[in-house]
Amino acid sequence: MNLRGAIAILKNELQRFFRTVLGSILSPVLTTSLYIVVFGAAIGGQMDPAQFGGSSYGAFIVPGLIMLTLLSESTSNASFGIYMPKFTGAIYELLSAPVGVAETIIGFVGAAAMKSLIIAVIILATARVFVDYSIAYPLLAMGYIVLVAAAFALFGFILGLWADGFEKLQIVPMLILMPLTFLGGTFYSIEMLAEPWRTVAQFNPIFYLINGLRWTFTGSSDVPIGIAFGFTLAFLVLCIGIIAWIFKTGWRLRE
Amino acid sequence: MSTTPPDPILDIRGLEKTYRNGPTALGGVDLQIRKGEIFALLGPNGAGKTTLIGSVCGLVNPTGGSIQAFGLDIRKHWREVRCRIGLVPQELSFDMFDKVIRQVRYSRGMFGCAPDEARIEEVLKALSLWDKRDEPIRKLSGGMKRRVMIAKALAHDPDLLFLDEPTAGVDVELRRDMWKQIEGLRERGTTIILTTHYIEEAEEMADRVGVINKGRILLTDDKDAIMAQLGRTEAVFELAEPMGEIPAALSEYPVTLEDEGRKLVYRGGDGTGTGKREVAELAQDLTRSGIAFTGLDAHESSLEEIFVGLVEQGKEEIAA
Repeated sequence: MNLRGAIAILKNELQRFFRTVLGSILSPVLTTSLYIVVFGAAIGGQMDPAQFGGSSYGAFIVPGLIMLTLLSESTSNASFGIYMPKFTGAIYELLSAPVGVAETIIGFVGAAAMKSLIIAVIILATARVFVDYSIAYPLLAMGYIVLVAAAFALFGFILGLWADGFEKLQIVPMLILMPLTFLGGTFYSIEMLAEPWRTVAQFNPIFYLINGLRWTFTGSSDVPIGIAFGFTLAFLVLCIGIIAWIFKTGWRLRE
Repeated sequence: MSTTPPDPILDIRGLEKTYRNGPTALGGVDLQIRKGEIFALLGPNGAGKTTLIGSVCGLVNPTGGSIQAFGLDIRKHWREVRCRIGLVPQELSFDMFDKVIRQVRYSRGMFGCAPDEARIEEVLKALSLWDKRDEPIRKLSGGMKRRVMIAKALAHDPDLLFLDEPTAGVDVELRRDMWKQIEGLRERGTTIILTTHYIEEAEEMADRVGVINKGRILLTDDKDAIMAQLGRTEAVFELAEPMGEIPAALSEYPVTLEDEGRKLVYRGGDGTGTGKREVAELAQDLTRSGIAFTGLDAHESSLEEIFVGLVEQGKEEIAA
């Protein structure tokens, strides 16, 4: 394995992020902080904590908002990371260099996941200013956040390879991920839904991700933690398999 | 009209590439490159030059044939092979917002080389980029940007360097400067394959020349050998009086009468100076025979004329 190559890509991608650090961090932090202030602190005061397992509404929505940020940032960072070299033609260097799937994943996907983790940590710290929340299982929470960031950075990487225009790059995060995250229990518990919506909600994959993270915060959620971890891990492995296939066949890369 | 060099650094056999739902870009290309030479690949737009380079460098998946570089199959030993190949593509393709030196370091790292600031400095100085090392690339002129592309390709010290239209769109002064840089690389032992539209570039730089058209190599040979085989001298004598037929004294020469006998045209020689000598002898024979001429226009056929002739001939053969 060309470890130097992987590190070079990783450093290059992180440098790109830090070149525009204010825009990259401020925008998601500000948006999420507004959600916490408006829904958590202002409206949340009117909510009955009994509906949210005894937590305040503000504390209840923090894991969902972290997940919203993780999914959108991991996906978009990774998809732009690989799409831009495709768009400018600079991908010739990656294709002609002695780097394979492993180096590419470490470089591009690792950098995208790290960027979204940095943003998630800042949001967690910012949320603490407005909402009094605690994390029941900090190590599990950190592990799960890393797992989700990596899985969706892989997903974003595939998206960036698939996209042949900026429109396609935006479609999946805006029209699929964002609605599914909002409908996946970011702002409410599944217990609050009437049938058939309660059953329908369980077909939303993001529902398991949000509740997995919520479990690490509160120790209770709408789904068992094992299912959430298993689901995320399976998604991560599937994405790695797809990327390996893309590199083997050259689909959208070496046509 | 091709020569197979012994122990080639690059050995391409029967290379084919047909794009999905598209044309055949390469139709069975055989090409061998000698270590340390500058090989110029000439061809019109769409001839398959870039596809050929892309197939060697890993940008294109060939649909048939084999490629060996440094004696290794590039599919099986792609890591070892790619470490030793550099590519300067035709388009200016890099992160325009990044600094020059960071992009060159990035390229060196991506090819698995340990950081070496002294080598980076050497490369940047050789390309007159050292003073611009901390400039964002977007602020550089077009010629400087092209140098950055070359610096990136040289950062890992490749043994085999592909230059795809290295001087396309640059002014004459910079083009000559680039030629000096390329010559310098050859002196350091780098084998160079360049594609170009500029025949002058091939004439100036190349040891050997290949002509490709419609995905087929029409000819590869030493530049001088091509000139010797295909080069011609053309001389037009403007006669003082029209001539009805060629006198017996001149029948040994490859001459024809044109413009209703007002012009005596010599077409012969082999690009090695024979033609010039014959034209001088012909002029003397004309004088000795009392045939007066009022003007003489003589020129050697250029590589460009040979190239155009080959491409046209190739088209006819393909059409047939």
